[in-house]
Amino acid sequence: MKSRAEYRRIGPGIDPPYDHAAYTSTHKRAPKNPPVRIAHTLSEITGPRFGAEMVSAADADLTHFAGGEALGERIVVSGRVLDEDERPIANTLIEIWQANSAGRYAHAADQHDAPLDPHFLGVGRVATDGEGKYRFVTIKPAAYPWKNHHNAWRPQHIHLSLFGPAFATRLITQMYFPGDPLLALDPIFQSVPDAAARERLVCGFDLETTVPERALGYRFDIVLRGRGATPFERPGAGGGR
Amino acid sequence: MTRPITSSQTIGPFFHQALLREPWSDRAHDDPRADIMTIEGRVLDGDGAAVGDAMIETWQADATGHYNHPEDRGDGAARGPGFRGFARVATGADGRFCLRTIRPGPIPAEGEALHAPHINVSVFARGLLKRLATRIYFPDEPLNQRDVVLNAVPPARRSTLIAHRAPGGAGQRVLRFDIVLQGERETVFFDI
Repeated sequence: MKSRAEYRRIGPGIDPPYDHAAYTSTHKRAPKNPPVRIAHTLSEITGPRFGAEMVSAADADLTHFAGGEALGERIVVSGRVLDEDERPIANTLIEIWQANSAGRYAHAADQHDAPLDPHFLGVGRVATDGEGKYRFVTIKPAAYPWKNHHNAWRPQHIHLSLFGPAFATRLITQMYFPGDPLLALDPIFQSVPDAAARERLVCGFDLETTVPERALGYRFDIVLRGRGATPFERPGAGGGR
Repeated sequence: MTRPITSSQTIGPFFHQALLREPWSDRAHDDPRADIMTIEGRVLDGDGAAVGDAMIETWQADATGHYNHPEDRGDGAARGPGFRGFARVATGADGRFCLRTIRPGPIPAEGEALHAPHINVSVFARGLLKRLATRIYFPDEPLNQRDVVLNAVPPARRSTLIAHRAPGGAGQRVLRFDIVLQGERETVFFDI
């Protein structure tokens, strides 16, 4: 039979806690009860599968919008989507969103007094190829203030959303940039307890990805949960499921 | 050789154009055998205030209890045409969300057992550093009594996982399911 093992549990220190005192918005939104741990059933090991059918070529280039070119430092971001066993996750959708080169989102809720760029929406999509590789072109986002505490500034970041193969592998994360002095001061980045896990949210400058005369390149691999060794349920007597 | 996984970070408040640029829900009428219903509710915080910037995703089986996924080894033909089983909606400023979907069938489990019909839910929002996972169960469902997941929940909190009937228009089936992030009627969330 096909492997029906549970997805591995997320190790300590990797995911942030729900309640993180330094991030004010968690105070009224973090549940007080610990989550109830459940064994995986078919509901958790299945999940919606989205891939290349959701993506057009233009979705992987955020630097052109509404008939013009966005302002700012053009960059290429590429990497692989893998599971914990370093198996590539092929043909899986990555959704992308970010602020512009002035630190402003093209979103009604963003009231930061920085200019909008009519040629930058900050929204993109890519699907991984057969080896789990992805690549998109964008503008390096700027830092912006966010009122969490006095003089609070978000470090430069790009939001990434992935489904992976199962309900259990759903991930929304943020990719940061190397050398950003705001990382040490950011409650959201610092909510990840383990220092090595935080480092893995920071992309790496990569000369190989860099396009001569065109754009600096950054590498960012994304690792989703892998399968454990033990099957979660025995097949029925009839073998139907 | 293993590699540690990538950490979760909050969705933040600015996701709408990226994640809701097209309607994601199935057209419920695509499944001819479907028991079509509307599920509506509010997302509320620890003060009972509306969470107006949440995103809800649902994942469910079809009317026959099969997931549209290769690891559900049910007969693919039993699936309604084109029924994917996924939906994604945002809450409005009043914290409300509304899903139009079909009632999933019971999910076959080990041996001859059945899991009670349910819809798997992910909640994302500013202030949530990782998603919250919960389930919507259905009222007046005899299988709820024996469902392994419901039975893993302390009895006093089980009712937070069961939708309520709500008044609807003529011939409309409406269920209500509020998601309370924190406080006295806090919804049960799962560590999956």
